[in-house]
Amino acid sequence: MGLEPGRLQFSWVSSAEAIKFVDVVKEVTSIIRDLGPNTHFAKKSFEVVDKDLQTTGTE
Amino acid sequence: MLEYIHKIREIASDLLKKKEVEMVIGFRKGTVPMMNEPTFVNRPEDITALAWDSHCGINLANYLPNRKEKIAIIAKGCDSRNIVTHIIENKIQREQLVIIGVPCKGMVDRQLIANRSEGEVLEALEDDDNIIVKGHGFEKRFRKTEVLQKNCEICIHRNPILYDKLVADKVEEQTDMDRYEDIRRIEAMDPKEKLDFFDKILEPCIRCYACRNACPLCYCPTCFVDEHRPQWVGKSQDSTDIRVFHFLRAYHCAGRCTDCGACERACPVGIPVRLLTKKLEKDCLELFQWEAGMTIDIRPPLDTYKPGDPDDFIK
Repeated sequence: MGLEPGRLQFSWVSSAEAIKFVDVVKEVTSIIRDLGPNTHFAKKSFEVVDKDLQTTGTE
Repeated sequence: MLEYIHKIREIASDLLKKKEVEMVIGFRKGTVPMMNEPTFVNRPEDITALAWDSHCGINLANYLPNRKEKIAIIAKGCDSRNIVTHIIENKIQREQLVIIGVPCKGMVDRQLIANRSEGEVLEALEDDDNIIVKGHGFEKRFRKTEVLQKNCEICIHRNPILYDKLVADKVEEQTDMDRYEDIRRIEAMDPKEKLDFFDKILEPCIRCYACRNACPLCYCPTCFVDEHRPQWVGKSQDSTDIRVFHFLRAYHCAGRCTDCGACERACPVGIPVRLLTKKLEKDCLELFQWEAGMTIDIRPPLDTYKPGDPDDFIK
């Protein structure tokens, strides 16, 4: 549906598996960092608002 | 298929006279050609209102959820599968229903006929294999097989699955067809291509929710799109909001959709809504060997757990 591979991940971690949890979090964050900000499912109108705010901010 | 109507009326009026049912859900002629509408008949003398031709594409199972009375309902293959789904989901009891099964040879695509006609269609007639449309200064004949709804073209369950009475002998089922050619083509795209593809097909959406209203599966008291506390999905025309609506609606139909085509038929702007539900139908078939509405004895894959369920996506 247009999500990049790796953007959505599933993992089964028991409350007793602290080490696995840490590993999963590290792996997920590193993959997501490489992918960069999510643009495919972010509203475009927000970008416009942001730009407006930035221009008014600098003036 | 036209001669079905005599048998339909006979069975329906008999049921009403004997007071075996309180009402019959069927089709009557619409106010515009090629648009038959659902009708509820309560009295035997009104039975002639019932009609049957190649424009009965609406799914009548949509009118069953939460009804309390005894009902006779006219059901094509797809309607009967949706009735099965309703029974499984406890939206209606089997004992309440007398299902009048109609072996179906497919319904025609009115938008396609309208597009191929030289003017506004004012009258539509048909014989066994042809549809003849008339308007101001033109008359055109279509072979029925050329103007079938897309889902009817690839239908493999034309005969009702669950029924009490059958109005005619069963028709031959279509076999040896590639049902998922279009889905495989989308699956092969890379993420950006997919995103652009979906944005393109969903772009004309006006969020009228006709697809949802026509769908027999969409019976939630408050739909997620109407809910505003919490608001699950944005209500704007932004492409992200439109995408979220269509994807989520499709997911709600996973393992339940019978590809009856009601959503696509209802869409006023011609969005191929079925591409989304069909992908999930394909997944259910491949992952769980499941086709919706084929039996009332087995729970659907998404409301039961089996140790062998595929779980390769979980790390």
